[in-house]
Amino acid sequence: MRPDLDIVAGLVGSGVRVLDLGCGDGALLEALIQQQGCDGLGVERDLDDFHACIARGVPVTHGDLEAELADLETGSFDCAVLSLTLQAVRHPDRVLTEMKRVAPRLIVSLPNFAHWRLRADLFFRGRMPVTPSLPYQWYDTPNIHLCTLRDFEAMVDDLEMKVESTVPVGADGRRAPGLAGLARNMLAVRAVYALSARAS
Amino acid sequence: MPDSIGTVETRRAVVFDGDRPLTLDSGAVIDHVEVAYETYGELNDERSNAVFICHALSGDAHAAGIHAGDDPGRPGWWDNIIGPGRPLDTDRFFVICANVLGGCRGTTGPSSTDPATGRPYGLRFPLLQVRDLVTVHRALLAELGIERLLAAIGGSLGGMQALQWAIDHPGEIDGALIIAASARLSAQNIAFSAVAREAIMRDPDFAGGDYYENERGPDRGLGLARMIGHITYLSEQSMRDKFGRRIQDAEAPRYGFDVDFQVESYLHYQGQSFVERFDANTYLYLGRVMDYFDPFRDPVTVQHRLEQGKTGFLVLSFDSDWRFSTAHARDLAGELRAAGAPVTFREISSTHGHDSFLFPTPDYHRTVAGYLDRLANAAGLAPGRG
Repeated sequence: MRPDLDIVAGLVGSGVRVLDLGCGDGALLEALIQQQGCDGLGVERDLDDFHACIARGVPVTHGDLEAELADLETGSFDCAVLSLTLQAVRHPDRVLTEMKRVAPRLIVSLPNFAHWRLRADLFFRGRMPVTPSLPYQWYDTPNIHLCTLRDFEAMVDDLEMKVESTVPVGADGRRAPGLAGLARNMLAVRAVYALSARAS
Repeated sequence: MPDSIGTVETRRAVVFDGDRPLTLDSGAVIDHVEVAYETYGELNDERSNAVFICHALSGDAHAAGIHAGDDPGRPGWWDNIIGPGRPLDTDRFFVICANVLGGCRGTTGPSSTDPATGRPYGLRFPLLQVRDLVTVHRALLAELGIERLLAAIGGSLGGMQALQWAIDHPGEIDGALIIAASARLSAQNIAFSAVAREAIMRDPDFAGGDYYENERGPDRGLGLARMIGHITYLSEQSMRDKFGRRIQDAEAPRYGFDVDFQVESYLHYQGQSFVERFDANTYLYLGRVMDYFDPFRDPVTVQHRLEQGKTGFLVLSFDSDWRFSTAHARDLAGELRAAGAPVTFREISSTHGHDSFLFPTPDYHRTVAGYLDRLANAAGLAPGRG
């Protein structure tokens, strides 16, 4: 399993009802179901990935996650996961709001557009960055809503949610524990957030 | 290379009789129940590879292969999905298909002889529910020495049976494949069903259901019911593709009230050929079975039951099906999930309307094959050759 999914699995916990939006081949859900005793549901648009989920015995709905989210009952999950997908959805704010509706806890991972390599690309080359973790040209990228970690945290605040924990991830895909504040926004390639509704 | 299973035969088994009569969910009793069924493939030593096919309203036990002497070009109704290397892989699975209770294709129904009177039941046959159809399927399995199913699969009314079976008997089915089905008919569905029923019952030859000993039965009414039903099985697109506004056997319209357009001729043919193989009373009974179907009426009980088993569900719909549209399938999947069941759901693109479940669309077969393969692997069956 991808190292960042390991981090997500750790944040999800055991024995909970998990929704994994954009679940890919179902590796995370399979681990959550088999090893952590969770009940899981995936949503996946890609047909090869959808069938990979079936082959793993992972319950999955084929479809677009924004449409499928709208179809799910309020509070029907304990935890909703969105890993490395937020930047590719049409309305990131609406997706987070909908996730909050169906589950009290959200686990969201995203690439950090403020990572120093990306900043350097833009600064020195004057071109949109192309890196191993964001390997697309600007014209064919699925990532239509890239943001920095600080941008994301600002949106979380706007949506009346709070960050329960943050796990910064380094270039090797493993946790980079020392990073905090401005250094995190500069040095983390991506981050995994655990969010919950903010008591008003 | 996938190929057909060849020659098959329909067998019969008595599953209820005077010593052990069938008590329906309503409390009504049927003394003697005979079932017509076919099997394909071999039951393994562990008896762990049985897959039960539940058929739809007009189906029968003859799902695959050909009967001796029949036209090889006209195999069983779901032949394209059953056979060596096909999704219901007979090299791997023991496949069973039985005509439903209330049917007219070998299983006891309203056209059978009532032992109490020595005459056909007609409308004296008790009203049925999907649950009763399942009771008889289970009695057949007991007769065959099979205690649990790897899978139950069916389209339309067949999907309803698989659903009810999985709800009522948790732990008996590893996976239920519910295709082009509904957990609750809509007002529009019931309206079409009402028109079909009226067509039969208002036919002067219906004779209150006691037409079996008469010179003719309600053939016109049954044919008309089938024509109405058939319109709901197709999509506008498939009718346009198949017939358009073409004229039957001519270039120019003949202008009159006789059959002129190809689509009219087709519907008439469907109605006529249906009358030759189907009983009007069975149509009434099974139509009513569907109208009243409501397995989630008591969601708490459903949840309690589903918690006891580990049945997985595959729910499939087709985008051109307006009889049991994707909205029906989504509701069904949502209700299963609310009861805590693991559900995989997909809407498949196909132009064939409700009938899509009968067509060998590769993309559809891929999902069915993949789901069955997973069930088989989880049960420890040897891999198929595909």
